[in-house]
Amino acid sequence: MATNTVPGPRVGQPTSLAGKAAFEVDDRLIVAGPVRRTLNKVFPDHWSFLLGEIALYSFIVLLLSGTWLTFFYDASMKEVIYDGTYAPLRGIEMSAAYESTLNISFDVRGGLLIRQMHHWAALLFVASIVVHLLRIFFTGAFRRPRETNWFIGVTLLVLAMLEGFAGYTLPDDLLSGGGLRIFSAVFLSIPVIGTWVYFTVFGGDFPGEVIIGRLYILHVLIIPAILLGLIALHLLILVKQKHTQFPGAGRTEHNVVGNRLFPTFAAKATGLLFIVVGLCAALGGLVQINPIWLLGPYNPAQVTAGSQPDWYIGFVDGGARIFPPWEIVLWGYHIPPVFWGALGLPGLMFGALALYPVLERVLTKDTASHHLLQRPRDVPVRTSLGAMAVTAYVVLWISGGNDLIADKFDLSLNAMIWFGRIGFLTLPPIAYWATYRICIGLERHDREVLEHGIETGVIRRLPSGEFIEVHQPLGPVDEHGHGQLAYGGASVPKKMNQVGGARRAIRGFFKPIEEPAEVQRQAEIEARGLESEQASRRELTGSGRPSEGGRPSEGGRPQDPRD
Amino acid sequence: MSTPNASSVAPPEGGRRGLFRRRPAVGTPAAAARDRRRSKQRRRLANVAGLMAALVLTGVGYSALAPGASAADDPTGNPSNAVEAGRELYTRSCITCHGSNLEGIPGRGPSLIGVGEAAVYFQVHTGRMPLVRQEAQAPERPPIFSEEEIDQLMAYIQENGGGPTLPSGDLRAGDLAEGGELFRLNCAQCHNFAGEGGALSSGKRAPSLREASDMVIYSAMLSGPENMPVFGDNQLSPDEKRSIINYVQTLKAQADPGGAGIGRVGPVAEGLVIWVVGIGALLFGIFWMGTKA
Repeated sequence: MATNTVPGPRVGQPTSLAGKAAFEVDDRLIVAGPVRRTLNKVFPDHWSFLLGEIALYSFIVLLLSGTWLTFFYDASMKEVIYDGTYAPLRGIEMSAAYESTLNISFDVRGGLLIRQMHHWAALLFVASIVVHLLRIFFTGAFRRPRETNWFIGVTLLVLAMLEGFAGYTLPDDLLSGGGLRIFSAVFLSIPVIGTWVYFTVFGGDFPGEVIIGRLYILHVLIIPAILLGLIALHLLILVKQKHTQFPGAGRTEHNVVGNRLFPTFAAKATGLLFIVVGLCAALGGLVQINPIWLLGPYNPAQVTAGSQPDWYIGFVDGGARIFPPWEIVLWGYHIPPVFWGALGLPGLMFGALALYPVLERVLTKDTASHHLLQRPRDVPVRTSLGAMAVTAYVVLWISGGNDLIADKFDLSLNAMIWFGRIGFLTLPPIAYWATYRICIGLERHDREVLEHGIETGVIRRLPSGEFIEVHQPLGPVDEHGHGQLAYGGASVPKKMNQVGGARRAIRGFFKPIEEPAEVQRQAEIEARGLESEQASRRELTGSGRPSEGGRPSEGGRPQDPRD
Repeated sequence: MSTPNASSVAPPEGGRRGLFRRRPAVGTPAAAARDRRRSKQRRRLANVAGLMAALVLTGVGYSALAPGASAADDPTGNPSNAVEAGRELYTRSCITCHGSNLEGIPGRGPSLIGVGEAAVYFQVHTGRMPLVRQEAQAPERPPIFSEEEIDQLMAYIQENGGGPTLPSGDLRAGDLAEGGELFRLNCAQCHNFAGEGGALSSGKRAPSLREASDMVIYSAMLSGPENMPVFGDNQLSPDEKRSIINYVQTLKAQADPGGAGIGRVGPVAEGLVIWVVGIGALLFGIFWMGTKA
């Protein structure tokens, strides 16, 4: 670098102020190469690849709003007498934690908005992780070489749930305390070590005086630090291994087709960041969440009807609610039913989830590296297993809110519990079977279209009196009129419009952004060009359109469907 | 269990409700005012046959007609008259399940001895009684009887069974914060933290307090209807009851500072919002971005 220290303009030297500054920075840090590589990195383009980004951006909202909340929150279980703005609680004994949360809600400027944004962002964070996970699962994006990232993702989900639970407890309101009580019961239900675990965590009798402080440090320091580290690792691995892509024209196992990080992908990502922040702000400002002032301070003698956890713990609650009251004794140790519902079931679920890539690799003996995604229909067993798991989860989830459902829909709570029990055992196999059949049906239809062509909806009567439907083949056909295209794992057009059977659609998502007349004029020019240039070649558009009375093409000759 | 007479009451009831709905509500929307207005119309269009039969059977002359009609406004005006009218109503609509001497009939209805006028006020005023059919729990409905008839029934039950009587004075004359503490201690476990109600076992439920008037809440605490425990004056003093009512009614009237209240039922509604509104909006958003390729 010594040669560059000589001042004065030289050939290739920047002349603008920004250029000079950049030159000076690169001179010292030597970052131009890596930055160029990063900015030129290509990301494939599909709307479902943005789901993980939603989780990332809601995590950013959580970090910012959460940091702000720590300025005003007091993680202490010290008893105080409330004398604040909210009249219905004035003079009531409560913990300093609850009082400070009330003050955030009523006395700190903008406090309620930020608190609500934080809570909505938390719900959104876990929800978007789950949706992202489902996308990864159903498209097979977890396959070698991405098992590590899948495992990190599952860990992130579990940590996000724990983080959410800790945050749920911090306000120390009636709902928090109810959740904490259930949590303490779950600890106590662990065979052999339960009591010791309980006393280690709570440091004494319920609720004790330390649990809020401990959960606070977990919530604002330990778990966020781990989350942050794992998210960074998650993204680094993603960048290193490159993003997966759906099969399509020009897309192979060895390339990535998409947009460069800068400017297209960066612009999209920034836009999505604003959408996520805006949504959190809108929900935080317009929809009330966790109205702790209505709930009142926690008092172990009190509980409210409809005590529920936030949605992501709901399935654990549901498991505890529907598990039969069996007092099982194993090797002389009594295992209470809550253990199976609240620890056994989630443990099994997350264990199976984390190990799924390994299980699938071992069972299918598919050890190859995959960078192209699969359509869910092409892997019916995996898709059906996923549908089965989702169904079981939803049944547990519904059971977690079964009292509210019973109340609002005039049902018997007992009937809801039995629905949960029977549904948990019977609905997942039904979902498996139905999904499997749907996958097979879709696959067969894809093959059918590739072989016989698109169903045009045009019915033709043969001289013999027989009625047949005219098919439009997608490629060259043999002497029987059968197509010879192989299925490439990509979407197969099923309608004539998708292969130019209709005029090109007017562009615009919310409203047309093109003049229909102009589009039509261009289409006509194109059609004329095609006619003159490719008159001898097979065509899918133009004069062959059955709607204009023409024959689809030679290959589209009326065929016997029994062929 | 409904006698022919009782069922003859029902059709005009529906018609009156329709009429009531078409009329724009004027004045305060408070439940008490609505009840008063409703009962006024009911009085105007009352079941003439029932009233006439009651009058004839009591053997009161034409000179007593005017005081008899105003007996509802002043139940103490002619107590024996009201008791007799109440007996008539009881014989017509209640006796099938509660027995000829208020002793109750096993499998049909409980004894009414000792429940007092508070129970009658609550059950009949909220339309729970007379019962349409035996089910898990009597549902809340528009009342079948007029204010006047309810007063007569109350007088009859009080005279023959005895029990807690209705309070007087300002039913919200109590400490707000103390009421909140008592509400969370005694009521929230079934009625939910904001009085929105909750499910009990086998189709029974703790109803929402959203429509409950002061007197309905007070009489419910006094009489312990359905699955609700009795909160006698030795458990919750009259002052404490008034505090609870003050808290419940304050909460109901209070706006939600955080935005839409989404039912005030806690995290289940919040989960629904984040999945339907939150994830829904974002899926729409990324799908839109996806078309911008």
